[in-house]
Amino acid sequence: MNPIVLTPRDLAVAAILLLVDAALSVALRLGLTRALGIAAVRMVLQLLFIGYVLQRVFAIASPWLTLGVLLLMTAVAAREVAARPERKLRRYGNEAVGLIAVGFATAIASILALTTALRPAPWYDARYAIPLAGIVLGNVLNAASLALDHLLGGVVREKPAIEAQLCLGATIGQAMAPLRRAAVRRGMLPVINQMSAAGLVTLPGIMTGQILAGLDPIQAVKYQILLMFLLSGGSGLSAVAIVYLAGHRLTDARHRLRLDRLA
Amino acid sequence: MASPPRLRAENLRSALAGPFDVSVAAGRCLAVTGASGSGKSLFLRMIADLDPNTGEVWLDGRARSAFTAPAWRRAVAYAAAEPGWWTETVADHFPDLPAARAMAARLGLKEALLDGPVLRLSTGEKQRLALARTLLRASPVLLLDEPTGPLDEDSVGRAEALMRERLAGGAAIVMVTHDPAQAARIGDEHLVMRAGKLEPP
Repeated sequence: MNPIVLTPRDLAVAAILLLVDAALSVALRLGLTRALGIAAVRMVLQLLFIGYVLQRVFAIASPWLTLGVLLLMTAVAAREVAARPERKLRRYGNEAVGLIAVGFATAIASILALTTALRPAPWYDARYAIPLAGIVLGNVLNAASLALDHLLGGVVREKPAIEAQLCLGATIGQAMAPLRRAAVRRGMLPVINQMSAAGLVTLPGIMTGQILAGLDPIQAVKYQILLMFLLSGGSGLSAVAIVYLAGHRLTDARHRLRLDRLA
Repeated sequence: MASPPRLRAENLRSALAGPFDVSVAAGRCLAVTGASGSGKSLFLRMIADLDPNTGEVWLDGRARSAFTAPAWRRAVAYAAAEPGWWTETVADHFPDLPAARAMAARLGLKEALLDGPVLRLSTGEKQRLALARTLLRASPVLLLDEPTGPLDEDSVGRAEALMRERLAGGAAIVMVTHDPAQAARIGDEHLVMRAGKLEPP
């Protein structure tokens, strides 16, 4: 089965839809024409750019180059995790906990899949490692940022409740436990929703892409199931990691709540 | 040799308040008054080790640094002016329910409040239940931050009776209050907080 090759003309025809949107924006005075145009151009340029980069990286096939690309992707993801929450840990705390949590969870999920299920030769082949790490990163980023946002917001809101427990002799671990659990749950919700809706409400993007590209639906489904397991596993790991790392920064050895470490 | 005071603090300070040098004997109450924002709560929080601070505090001659933080706070119990609640049900906040019911009754509260949700409590009910929560721990030192702030006259009398009982039992109390009359009634010593320093009235 050969994939249907898309020509620039095919893409241009699809772009007509966007022009319809733009016309609607003008007609209904939505004021979106400019934003829509810029976003569309950005999307095309960014994707073409990454397409060429991937082509080069696959061709060069250097493990060091692959590692460099992966680290860059992780750093960008960590920055996103850090930027999302309304509150920030001082001294680049959000960036630090984001980098560790996202890097750790993505590495475990990706290496597991590359060395067991997918097994390309070599296992770190860029053609597999980069797209796989990319999709895991995207989900892990989401889980980590939601968990971090819930923790940092909750710790301010629930300061009186946490300190009331400390004053009655609770350890900081006991006093923080309910908030920690709530934050991890918050981080895990999207991937749980995604799993329960998969196939019924939504056809996941990867699977749709593979079917359109000519792959047998059952094969595409198997890939999707593998991915879902990796994504939920990675999300759980990153949510737990970021909640404990950020929680550690917000407390100290004398069992105090250290909100002075929030910016 | 005289026994050490129940509570002693020396050169206790943070970036925001202090230094404080105080000593409270068993059965005595130090009353602290002062304007809002002058550092009264910071002073109590520092003794309870809730905020970073330097200096040393002793309980019966034993240094705070020799205690784990939870053990210290069980012995030197701080009750905040605005009490916190960590679950929805009042009863969850009391490990010994029969004792809690008895003390609630003594504070003029309906026992049924204990089985209800925190959300339905009035400000005064919350204040008294939080005081009960702290007093029930039978700590040798009590740090009470406006313990009767939002209460009516009858309830203030009931709360003060319980505090006197604790004093008679050998507890030392540091009480922050906005009411000079209360400071005179309960306090054996009265100090005023001005811009993060304790001074005679």
